[in-house]
Amino acid sequence: MASAAMQEEQVKLLGFWFSPFVRRVEWALKFKGIEYEYVEEDLTNKSSLLLTSNPVHKTVPVLLHNGNPIVESLVIIEYIDENWKQNPILPQDPHERAKARFWANFIEQKITEAARTALLTQGEQQEKVVKELKEAMEVLEGEAAAKLNDKTLFFGGKNGLGYVDIVLGWICNWAEVIEEVGGFKVLDPQKQPHIHKWMANFVEEPLIKPTLLPKEKMVVYFQMVRQAYLGLAAKK
Amino acid sequence: MTEEVKLFGTWASIFSRRIEVALKLKGVQFEYIEENLSNKSPALLKYNPVHKKIPVLVHNGKPVAESLVILEYIDETWKHNPILPTDPYEKAMARFWAKYIDDKLWPAVTKVLVSKGEEQKGVIEEIQEQLKTLESELKEKKFFGGESLGFVDIAANIIVFLLVAQEALGMEILTEEKFPVLHGWYQRLVDDAVFKECMPPREQHLSSVKVWFGSSTPSK
Repeated sequence: MASAAMQEEQVKLLGFWFSPFVRRVEWALKFKGIEYEYVEEDLTNKSSLLLTSNPVHKTVPVLLHNGNPIVESLVIIEYIDENWKQNPILPQDPHERAKARFWANFIEQKITEAARTALLTQGEQQEKVVKELKEAMEVLEGEAAAKLNDKTLFFGGKNGLGYVDIVLGWICNWAEVIEEVGGFKVLDPQKQPHIHKWMANFVEEPLIKPTLLPKEKMVVYFQMVRQAYLGLAAKK
Repeated sequence: MTEEVKLFGTWASIFSRRIEVALKLKGVQFEYIEENLSNKSPALLKYNPVHKKIPVLVHNGKPVAESLVILEYIDETWKHNPILPTDPYEKAMARFWAKYIDDKLWPAVTKVLVSKGEEQKGVIEEIQEQLKTLESELKEKKFFGGESLGFVDIAANIIVFLLVAQEALGMEILTEEKFPVLHGWYQRLVDDAVFKECMPPREQHLSSVKVWFGSSTPSK
């Protein structure tokens, strides 16, 4: 029976509320309508559950499904998509799936990683990575211009939200905060009109809107992270 | 339906070699195009405008780029002789380890080739920690994929490059004494009929690594 089977499913997410990687997994779970227990981790005092579930990286997010741990946000999202078949996140066609994965990787390597580095560096090092970030955003704007229009609001196409939207979505809540704290500017509605339109639509989505965090609280936290990191870098 | 499969690669790239292994494991006929990376073909630039890199697989005119993405595409398109496990949890584990290899091991291996002195020592230690981690995943298994080689074994072909590089540059990173489990796995890997057919010719590979990374070249 469907309900008996669902009662046996135990889904737990170990997270940290400032983490965009955790938020992505929550979006994927909510998109599928999956019930889950959320456990907030103190990253300065990691639980033994976190350390045993993710011994290699010791980070969040960790999804525990019936006790089995899955880690790395993109790996978790694909797992969610394959294990729960309703509301597909990735397209069905192999070539479309490959394109979605390609863009998810592009975002991760060229935008997410670069933004993190820009947050944690200064001077020449930061300038270099901010330049690369601007170039990457230009490429992404090209893809957004090609794919999105008044009828197709999201990269998921006619299905609405999809894999690329969920992977990129962090910029809506985090990018401005990182820019303010890091002291640089990459987001530009003039240069990236399609991305900005996408962002405006993304934050209005019913499952996304309640998950957005107040900017002020995020700025305080990331300021602390940046100061701590630059302090460590200066000591080396 | 006539399939048209093309692979753009380079003979020394372990990333394009991954694709050759996968296509051959599936018995897929393909045309191989050797690219000259200092003079990229208009076709490559057309098929991978974002990164302009190999490997690129073109299937009936449609391009797929990024080696792990291509491997998944191949597995989903030609379903016999699966490369990835069918169980979602096992599949997630395979993806995790392939990602670990590409995100952690590969950058460390490229770094060790260009670093010197104390910095190089540090990177060597880092690589050896990573190799220990991989050994703990491999344990008693014949291959990462189990009885036959799979997604993670193909991704771990970086170790082919590591062994050539350490010999070419006189470093000792992965030795039989330090890593008996990985060493055993490696012997089985290069003994596999399909895998060995897809390895870069050893002497050529050794000399090209010496030329690109040898200590006689001026530091960048």
